Amino acid sequence: MNSATALLRRELRLAFRQGGDSLLVVMFFVLVVVLFPLGVGPEPGILARIGGGVIWVAALLAAMLSMDRLFQTDYDDGSLELLVLAPAPLEVLVLAKVAAHWLTTGLPLIIVSPLLALLLNLSPSGYGVLAAALALGTPSLSLIGAIGAALTLGARRGGVLLSLLVLPLFIPALIFGVSAVDAALLDLNSRPPLLILGALLLLALALCPWAAAAAIRQATE
Amino acid sequence: MTLASPTFSATFSATGLSCVRGERGVFGGLSFDVSSGQVLYLTGANGSGKSSLLRVLAGLIRPADGTLTWNGTPISDTRDTHRERVRYVGHHDAVKPVLTVAENLSFWINLSVSEIEAENDPVMNALDHFGLKTLADMPARFLSAGQKRRLNLSRLIAAPAPLWLLDEPTTAVDRAGIEALDHALARHLGNGGMAIIATHDPLTADVVNLDVSDFPFAADMDTV
Repeated sequence: MNSATALLRRELRLAFRQGGDSLLVVMFFVLVVVLFPLGVGPEPGILARIGGGVIWVAALLAAMLSMDRLFQTDYDDGSLELLVLAPAPLEVLVLAKVAAHWLTTGLPLIIVSPLLALLLNLSPSGYGVLAAALALGTPSLSLIGAIGAALTLGARRGGVLLSLLVLPLFIPALIFGVSAVDAALLDLNSRPPLLILGALLLLALALCPWAAAAAIRQATE
Repeated sequence: MTLASPTFSATFSATGLSCVRGERGVFGGLSFDVSSGQVLYLTGANGSGKSSLLRVLAGLIRPADGTLTWNGTPISDTRDTHRERVRYVGHHDAVKPVLTVAENLSFWINLSVSEIEAENDPVMNALDHFGLKTLADMPARFLSAGQKRRLNLSRLIAAPAPLWLLDEPTTAVDRAGIEALDHALARHLGNGGMAIIATHDPLTADVVNLDVSDFPFAADMDTV
């Protein structure tokens, strides 16, 4: 556990010192959402209806943006080999890296999401559920993305390949994330989709660290 | 934690080791024994498989054939404990440019050692040994290639482990740095440690050499 917290601390420290990556992700998220009213026209009715979906798709794309850096820099400078050789189980170390990734990219997305909901004229009754759905969904995105990031280590154009691998796997989170928001807007029960998002998160938590660790061992051979 | 703390006594042996990278056999039928207090220098032409051998010994690559044992117990059964025994220094220095020199080193110590004896301050001791103490609070991006390598080598003494696997450790390191490594190595061996070092210029005179070129991969060897 000591080594996992040491890694988490290092990752957060790296993220804060470099700063740029987190900010870039949030800016991208905001810009994509802001582009939609310009594209589909400023009719409040349309925006309110598609708002939940727009925010979710933008969140997926924003999560992708920083994903290819997750293991690549450690791979390039030799840190990844040493992480593989560390006494702690690699699965736990992967989990620590994913946690740091979520804290520096997923969490900021959740924090700015009410603001974007406001821009899209989403009814205030949906804000809470939107934030809850993102809180349950974005960790799954980080976990699933970690598999893709590990599989594409050392590949040329890894970033593009990563999107192709991982975006289809994001679909369940997208479907239930959007349906939770829609349910809240239509005064329906948003509990079931939220519970399914939670189940998806638990599933990802149980499987992804192992898959990503296996892919990393393969890459450092 | 001082180097003197655990006095190791062990034998690390390889029998009939062979390695295949991609489609190409790198070496085959390689055997050796290293015991506490011994150092084994790996020599051989470029591409003869010194680095591959070290990666096999560290556990990063699975050997195509052959066994590695520690005191008679096969490594493949005890991978977790093997990782605790090994300190591997490869071609890359694993230095994060935005962290300070001391932060870089203490991260690797926290990762490899379960608890640090605070009163001994292993970070500062190790940095002092490799002449980096005055740079401890400087971001590592200002280090030269040789200083980065010294920082990487500092891991060896800051977090002691019985088996050092060093891949061309003196690359870019100046004479004083080589001397510092030589001293650290002598102390490590004196405490019952062992080291396997791939190099073109052995540090000390009386050494056991293993020329990896002498173990070509035989085409008729059953590979998988």
